Amino acid sequence: MNRPEVQPYQKPFCIKELPLGSTFTGGHLVEKNAGWRTFRPIVDQDKCTGCLRCYLVCPDGVIFRSGDEMVIDYDFCKGCGVCAYECKARAIEMIKEEL
Amino acid sequence: MPGQKTFVSGDEAVAMGARLARPHVISAYPITPQTVVVERLSDYVEDGSLNAEFMHVESEHSAMSAAMGVSSVGARAFTATSSQGLLHMCEGLHYASGARFPIVMMNANRATAAPWNIYGDQRDSLSMLDCGWIQVYVEDAQEALDMIIQAYRIAEDPEVLTPFMVNLDGFVLTHTYELVEVPPQETVDAFLPPYQTVNKMDLANPQSLCITVGPNLNLEIKYQQHMAMVNAEKAIDAVDREFGDVFGRYYGGMVQGYRCEDAEVILAATGTTAGTARVVVDAMREQGHAVGLLKLRYLRPFPIRQVCDIAGRVKAVGVLDRDISFGLEGTIYTNVNSALSRLAQKPLTLNFVGGLGGRDISRENIESIFTTLLAAAGGVSQPEVQFFGMECATDE
Amino acid sequence: MIEVRWHGRGGQGGFTVARLLGLSAALFEDKYSLAFPSFGPERRGAPVLGFTKIDTTPIRDRSAVRTCDYVVVLDETLVDANITAGLKPGGSILINTRTPERYSDVVNGFNMAHLDATGLALEILGRPITNTAMLGALIAETGVVSLESALKGIEVEMKPSLVEKNIVVVKTACERMKEVA
Repeated sequence: MNRPEVQPYQKPFCIKELPLGSTFTGGHLVEKNAGWRTFRPIVDQDKCTGCLRCYLVCPDGVIFRSGDEMVIDYDFCKGCGVCAYECKARAIEMIKEEL
Repeated sequence: MPGQKTFVSGDEAVAMGARLARPHVISAYPITPQTVVVERLSDYVEDGSLNAEFMHVESEHSAMSAAMGVSSVGARAFTATSSQGLLHMCEGLHYASGARFPIVMMNANRATAAPWNIYGDQRDSLSMLDCGWIQVYVEDAQEALDMIIQAYRIAEDPEVLTPFMVNLDGFVLTHTYELVEVPPQETVDAFLPPYQTVNKMDLANPQSLCITVGPNLNLEIKYQQHMAMVNAEKAIDAVDREFGDVFGRYYGGMVQGYRCEDAEVILAATGTTAGTARVVVDAMREQGHAVGLLKLRYLRPFPIRQVCDIAGRVKAVGVLDRDISFGLEGTIYTNVNSALSRLAQKPLTLNFVGGLGGRDISRENIESIFTTLLAAAGGVSQPEVQFFGMECATDE
Repeated sequence: MIEVRWHGRGGQGGFTVARLLGLSAALFEDKYSLAFPSFGPERRGAPVLGFTKIDTTPIRDRSAVRTCDYVVVLDETLVDANITAGLKPGGSILINTRTPERYSDVVNGFNMAHLDATGLALEILGRPITNTAMLGALIAETGVVSLESALKGIEVEMKPSLVEKNIVVVKTACERMKEVA
């Protein structure tokens, strides 16, 4: 899947480096946005039927199909648990995060 | 190849200029005295002579919003409005300029309510000088048509990318019929190529448009916008000169001085008033008075250097304002004074406010203004801000 | 510069003829002209003014027309004591009427010409639209533009269905004026 990469923010040094007015490259991510999860979702790929319901309901768009598997981008997953709640096949389990 | 001679009104000339410029979408809401522009454009779309989408929007706010949407996909947008309509789309004006969308808009200068008045003065656009749009004021229907074409060339220049407002005096210019030469489409096409930009939504090159910029960079982005407007002067001059070479009509760039070289006093004026003032200058010169006219074409960017060069050499400068910034003075006067304050020796300046709400500005009015200026230059003290042409006595 | 002031009522074509005159001079006689109405909203029957300015050099002056060389009245019910206000010494007033004698006081010594334009319009157009008839009268009386230019102007400006009859109206008006003179 075409996902933007995290690129650390570089403050423009001079005016010429500024974006033009109010337009800038799409999908500009400067930092990861996770790290305070209490629970993390784990997918049991054998139970998963590939219905993509979790993909549709994820508020952050961090669960997606990669080949035959459902993959989670833990750099941005907040651990909200909506995917696990909505999975009809009960293929997603919320596991307590360990530090 | 010469153009075709026609006898049309200012509004009709604007519609013809817009058709020649090949916009992709017209989104405009009718308002007197701009209505004929919109009516003609819808006729042209209907009869096929203009290959554009005509969007029936429900208000001017929507008209400007739609124009921004059009520009945001790299298409050429055109709209037109006047007074209350211009004010209704005000937030869109700031939005469009900050987003660097080169929208071209014709504005029919008309008084603003209350009280309600459909006739000409310049309060509408002058109260919008700060919103980031380039503003030009035209004197006749030929200049109106020509400036619509020039406007797109200048606005779409990658160094400029700023929306452009072409102002016509309501009724006196919009509804007066005169001889206009309509240039051939091929010549216009060669002069004005299709709009090309990187500032657009594009599946091949995804961008975020109209982003948020917080305190950490907003100042710098606004500096960038300001400097683009300041530097637009280069494009304005170059395009006008090229227009003169191609079409045979050069308008002098940011300003046009008339008999200012050896003038003792000059009057700065905009729009159709400049035309009437020319006639008065000639008549007074015949009588031996050294007077001149400084026609301010562009008010944004403001022609600081040109005003200083021309006005800096005379004894007194009058500024005719068809508007009043209540509580202070005429807005053009404020701008001219600010420009002249950069001079080591600032000439005497006086403000003449009149012609509001469609009040006619006569040759006699202008002659009287020049007489006042000459008296001031001769040492007779004059009130700094005067309302002229009043038909009621004031309390003073 | 020649300035003409047209008096009509909304719906009588007072401005159309002001524009027609200006167009004829500008497009077919190598002159410059401006044509404009009394500005503002209109309604049928309300008095309206039309103005035409014609000159051999570009007309820069945009101020309101205060004085004029010719006054043309399309509807005689508009004639009042002030009808000749602004008319320059030596100027002419043309009135659409069958009874010019009732206006001899009002015209204040200016040259007055008249034509029964209503009659002529009804005869040829079948409607009392008197603007082109009065244009013919003005041309015959003053030569402000040539008849030929005016006829070309009609071909350019008017709807095809109206052109032929209006050309006849203008020509006939000219002839009738010359008969009287």
